[in-house]
Amino acid sequence: MTTETRDILQSAADWQAAGRKVAIATVVSTWGSAPRPAGSQLAIAENGDFVGSVSGGCVEGAVVAEALEIMRSGTPKQLDFGVSNDEAWEVGLACGGKISVFVERLD
Amino acid sequence: MKTDLLKQLLADRAAQRTVVVATNLATGAQRLIHPGDGDPLADEAMLAIRSDKPRTVETSGGDVFLNVFNPPLRMIIVGAVHIAQALAPMAAMTGYDVTIVDPRQAWATPERFPDIRILDAWPDEALAELKPDHRTAIVTLTHDPKLDDPALQAALSSDAFYIGSLGSRGTHAKRIQRLESAGFDASRHGRINGPVGLNIGAKSPAEIAVSIMAQVTAALRGVAA
Repeated sequence: MTTETRDILQSAADWQAAGRKVAIATVVSTWGSAPRPAGSQLAIAENGDFVGSVSGGCVEGAVVAEALEIMRSGTPKQLDFGVSNDEAWEVGLACGGKISVFVERLD
Repeated sequence: MKTDLLKQLLADRAAQRTVVVATNLATGAQRLIHPGDGDPLADEAMLAIRSDKPRTVETSGGDVFLNVFNPPLRMIIVGAVHIAQALAPMAAMTGYDVTIVDPRQAWATPERFPDIRILDAWPDEALAELKPDHRTAIVTLTHDPKLDDPALQAALSSDAFYIGSLGSRGTHAKRIQRLESAGFDASRHGRINGPVGLNIGAKSPAEIAVSIMAQVTAALRGVAA
């Protein structure tokens, strides 16, 4: 586990202690040349602030949007993304990959 | 994730305890697994812990994702010698939290080891304080039995994933004899990598540090080298 991962979960706890709704996204599986390994995390606050990453920037926007919905519903969700070659090129990857991200609300 | 579980996870990390977060991907149900707590998924959790990689396991209740939170990698270097001056920054760059142990104050100076933690204590006392775990590598570099031997005895009584000791084959053979006299048989002292490092023909202190760092990495990743 990296120092970065520590900061992500600590941020989630701090946001919640400050009375904000929080969701946590975790990469649970990857195929091919995925940008971040399984276990990588992203913490999201209700105003859209986020720390960490689940990809090289390709899918964070979509994950944050889903996380805001999950903060309201409280129902966790597994999201699957294929990283297209165009998107992969944008973040400097040689080839595409696929990732599955589990998103849950901090209750 | 429940707030109480997150608080416990943060507390485990602060105390440098290994913990696995088990998440049922179908239901979102979560629990923490600690080594030795008898969890039904303990064996799978230990595989994840040892490889330092998360894994997903199929259970009758759905897929369960095991996310590993291991304490940080540490390296304890006994002997503030020339090789340590190369090895300490190399290990830090590789992601290790490095501590140099040497009671000889002329050697263990901040000028020789900028930005590296130094303990000017006897190795057995230092190791009792540092409590090496399964994420710790211990390297002795003094070739002085007064310093290396107590360090190795403490290292052999720990879960350190790597123990290495500098010295020629002759020096190492004598060291093994002393350890055997102290009650450490081959099943225990066999863990010591000696002469230390991979055989890459290293000559200079920096090259020897490279050979040690490569051997430590192979041990961490479970690769025969």
